[in-house]
Amino acid sequence: MTTTHSAGEPAPDAPPAAPTTEDGPQDPDPEAGLGLIPTPVPADAAAATAVEVAAAGVDLAAEAAARVTPASAAVEPVWAIEARELVKSYRGRRRGDPPVHAVRGISLRVPAGTIFGLLGPNGAGKTTTVRMLATLARPEGGSATVAGHDLLRRPWDVRRSIAIVPQRSGADPDATGRENLLLQGRLYGLSGMGLARRADELLERFALGDAAGRLARTYSGGMLRRLDVAIGLVARPAVLFLDEPTTGLDPEARAVMWSEIEALTADGLSILLTTHYLEEADRLAARVAIVENGQVVVEGTPEELKSELRDDTVDLELAETPDASQAEVLRGRLAALPGVGEVTLDGRSVRARVATGAAALPAVFAAVDAAGLATATASVARPSFDDVYLRHVGRRFGRHEELT
Amino acid sequence: MTTTQPITVAVPLSVDAAEVPATGSARPLGSRQFGALTARLLRSLLRRPAFVAITLVQAVVWLPLFGSLFRSVATVPGFGQGEYIDYLTPGVATMSVLFSAGWTGVRLIDDMENGVMERLLASPTRRWAIVGGTVAYEAVIVAVQVTLVVLLGWGLGARLRSGPLGVVVLIAVAVTLSTAVAALSDALALVVRRREALIAAANFLVLPLTFLSTGMMPERLLPGWIRAVAHYNPANWAVSASRMALAVHPDWLSILWNLLALVVLAAVSWALAAHAFSSYQRSL
Repeated sequence: MTTTHSAGEPAPDAPPAAPTTEDGPQDPDPEAGLGLIPTPVPADAAAATAVEVAAAGVDLAAEAAARVTPASAAVEPVWAIEARELVKSYRGRRRGDPPVHAVRGISLRVPAGTIFGLLGPNGAGKTTTVRMLATLARPEGGSATVAGHDLLRRPWDVRRSIAIVPQRSGADPDATGRENLLLQGRLYGLSGMGLARRADELLERFALGDAAGRLARTYSGGMLRRLDVAIGLVARPAVLFLDEPTTGLDPEARAVMWSEIEALTADGLSILLTTHYLEEADRLAARVAIVENGQVVVEGTPEELKSELRDDTVDLELAETPDASQAEVLRGRLAALPGVGEVTLDGRSVRARVATGAAALPAVFAAVDAAGLATATASVARPSFDDVYLRHVGRRFGRHEELT
Repeated sequence: MTTTQPITVAVPLSVDAAEVPATGSARPLGSRQFGALTARLLRSLLRRPAFVAITLVQAVVWLPLFGSLFRSVATVPGFGQGEYIDYLTPGVATMSVLFSAGWTGVRLIDDMENGVMERLLASPTRRWAIVGGTVAYEAVIVAVQVTLVVLLGWGLGARLRSGPLGVVVLIAVAVTLSTAVAALSDALALVVRRREALIAAANFLVLPLTFLSTGMMPERLLPGWIRAVAHYNPANWAVSASRMALAVHPDWLSILWNLLALVVLAAVSWALAAHAFSSYQRSL
């Protein structure tokens, strides 16, 4: 589970989850459950979340799961989105060009009431996947259920239950913030006082009250993005698609956006979020799928993915650059230490994977001394999401994309 | 999964959801969506006074311009009786319709560029309401423009012999032509998806349509081939109907036929726009 889920405080050393929930989400059976409510219900959504959370060992959620009565405990999790082997390709730019296989069989399950992150570089197929699930693009293969409705057979039912916040804003720049919200409400069949109240409520919630009467084109990047999300929420969708919600925002605006997005699941909303920021997926998403080249490379909670990489990393900065023979000696001595895995030397920096970083440090220092070198700085790091990405995609995530 | 469920019940998602009907509780009405989308375009037009001014001046500037330029046409043998301004007013009214409505598709391209289209397509908004919003918006603009042209023509000495009824018919003709051209422009916009390309195409079509008609010159003064072409030119159908509507004794039957031809054209344009819309969606 992420350390930021609204359901509770992070408790990495919480007791293991109850045996009944250890298997995590099970395949929902159409015959089971309440039998008539496919869209996520607050109680069910909470239960589904609780099962998820408990499986990951967060104590508050485990308590929540324990509070669930036996009858509803039997209710299996509700999937906000269940996609099976979605496929989509586009014609080449010019005639004769080979088709572009944007998505090559993506399957996803998003538990109701949670944030699911699709992480990957530009062009990996994230946006195409979102477009298919939001009924914008028709899949060539596969099937999906969104908010309880069959994507291919009942697209209009899907559309009534979802909203999308596209990469390119989606707000009308020539309308005021408030008018944008009212228009969205009318398109979904809302009207009158109820709609006006809903618009005001959202403007307040997203700190746009003062700018409500200004044209959206005058908004700052952060304000516009908050307006985009507010527009998406007007009609109280069951599933919200956020396509790169913080791309292009400055760090401060991004932080604000993150806390807004985190708060959304408290209403039972399910969110499919695409991002190419590792940090964003790590912080917001209860589950993450890393997408590369139109396929899901790996999927799990951020913690699960990180725990696959058990080893800590010891990073050393040497006082001076070792010569070839010193480097060889150092490499040999480090590799000979118990619990030390892969060792990388690059100029003055030394990186070693070790089982327990802190415990290995003295021996590592000794190895440096024995090679006739001196350590300038040393640090020990727990595995990061960056490492997960590196391991599964096979190359380091573009650093420049993380720094705006 | 839940596809087998016979009943789809939308459930309020937040505590205070009871105040507002939740999504999916009813199928939103296409007519309401159409109204909301049309109103949105008109509101943003009114927000830009400079743009409103240009739209109106554009309509009004042609009448004195062509009026002076072609004044001597009325003295050419074969023109017939009456002042040139009488003759010109319906022609300029039609011309301003073409110039205005040809650009309609720009609204759709704007929406594609800033993500509004994606948001609309993922919402339960009826597709016809999206295209219809731009067409209706254009119809309102055209009705105002044509009214101004007629009032200006009247000010410059044109006689509206059949009275207010003739003017109303002229506006109806203009709006019908506008609907046809606007839907065509939308269809083109959905295909080319680039503002420059759309504007170039619109300008390329508008001038020939205007001049290969009896808008500026009576049929008798036109070269034979232009006369032949004009017969099939929808702009000419509109000019003829408008001019007849302002005559002393309007030939209502001919007007009706011309209007009917324009309605058929509008229906064909609309079908083209619908077709273009679905291929646009397939390309997403």
